[in-house]
Amino acid sequence: MRIYADNAATTKPSRTAIEAMLPFLGEEYGNPSSLYALGQRAKEALEQAREDIAAVIHAEPKEIIFTSGGSEADNQAILSAAEAGRGAGKRHIISTAFEHHAVLHTLKKLEKNGFDVTLLDVHENGVVRPGELEAAIRDDTCLVTVMSANNEIGTIQPIRELGAICKRRGVLFHTDAVQAVGHIPVDVSADNIDLLSASAHKFHGVKGTGFLYVRKGVRLTNLIEGGAQERGKRAGTENVPGIVAMAAALKESAAHMDGNAARMRSLRDRLIAGLREIPHSALNGDAAQRLPGNVNFCFEGIEGEGLLLHLDDRGICASSGSACTSGSLDPSHVLLAIGRVHDVAHGSLRLTIGEDATEEEVDYIIRNVKEVVEHLRGFSPVWRDLTTGKARFIL
Amino acid sequence: MALYSEKVMEHFRNPRNVGVIEDADGVGEVGNAKCGDIMKMYLKIEDDTITDVKFETFGCGSAIASSSMATELIKGKPVADAMKLTNKAVAEALDGLPAYKMHCSVLAEEAIQSALADYYEKHPDKKP
Repeated sequence: MRIYADNAATTKPSRTAIEAMLPFLGEEYGNPSSLYALGQRAKEALEQAREDIAAVIHAEPKEIIFTSGGSEADNQAILSAAEAGRGAGKRHIISTAFEHHAVLHTLKKLEKNGFDVTLLDVHENGVVRPGELEAAIRDDTCLVTVMSANNEIGTIQPIRELGAICKRRGVLFHTDAVQAVGHIPVDVSADNIDLLSASAHKFHGVKGTGFLYVRKGVRLTNLIEGGAQERGKRAGTENVPGIVAMAAALKESAAHMDGNAARMRSLRDRLIAGLREIPHSALNGDAAQRLPGNVNFCFEGIEGEGLLLHLDDRGICASSGSACTSGSLDPSHVLLAIGRVHDVAHGSLRLTIGEDATEEEVDYIIRNVKEVVEHLRGFSPVWRDLTTGKARFIL
Repeated sequence: MALYSEKVMEHFRNPRNVGVIEDADGVGEVGNAKCGDIMKMYLKIEDDTITDVKFETFGCGSAIASSSMATELIKGKPVADAMKLTNKAVAEALDGLPAYKMHCSVLAEEAIQSALADYYEKHPDKKP
């Protein structure tokens, strides 16, 4: 048995996506830049995909630039806004402490190049407060970049309110919507989003494809030079199969979004209720304002990697924010940003269920997480100190 | 390729000598929860021989496997041999550890050294 509960890491490509891309892996191998019919058919497929994707997020087809994925889109969006800001003498950027590293590392690079970065507090519930954005905007602010939904704790940000503030204050607004697109409604028009990043493999497309939405009139800086593709803004022969699969996957996700989300929310809440029964545990992130499939817990007295390995033995694929799973000494920057101390952050577990999850699977996960946590606590010196009163419980 | 060797996984799944020795002759604890690894070793020593050893570990899979293997390597052995146990020996007995997990074997060596130091502190007459 395998229960895949790591959909925030990647999703299974849908049947629809695979079937849509198959012709372009075979007979329809033309280069969209070629003028003969074979090439022009690829071009048509590419433009149809652009139209389909634009429609889902309420954009114009011209406002969609295909990229290699979410990280590239994040990089290009931020560097473009910074470049424009630099030209206007504006070198201040506002973001949050729990962004994806594709955003944070790009901001670090800009800081070294003379930019000033303000990271908004995400508070204990993992949600930005619009009033604090309002207060942080300065005369020299050129960009606000806040993710639509967090990849670890699943908290959904008040994007519409943030977008409205940015519009009123005349500041560019970018959102990393990698975890949101295909899962919750995204409307770049109503939300006043200027730049948005998305990645196909997070919504049942295939890896290596994503897109950047860029509002008409916002200037882009190229990361990759060398051709006229994507209106000169992203060189390189387009990944036609991947792009066609992305559009098919997104159309499908959007068509079933409401029903899927409602069912997943109910399973998510069942999973949360079940895991809450484990003593000295805590849900990370707001319980209500979160993605339909995201569950993230901290269990005191244990370390996350052991938990993952035992769950893998029991057929459950999950992830953790512990240092050991990240290959660094520090646990997840997201958990630290919501105020979890190191000792507790090491014992985290992220379960992100998919659209096809069942009640039986959720109950199996609950049962097994309970058993494994108990097993690991059974020989944890930290747990012993906590239960014998030598140390004080945090959770 | 799997993350860990079969040997590591086997010790992680079925750790040997898990628990506490209430009347231990030497107890050592190393690491800290902030960094995500704590190992605690309990030794029972008679006639300069380690007659029993138990451990408790808070840490990743390789930390648990390293503790388990380290206890196996010193159980029933003369104290002098335990003194010489190196992290390399622990890692080798586990058929290797990924480079970024070698510190787990270092922690196992240090936990045993710390427990032996505690033993000598309590029994200065036994010091070699």
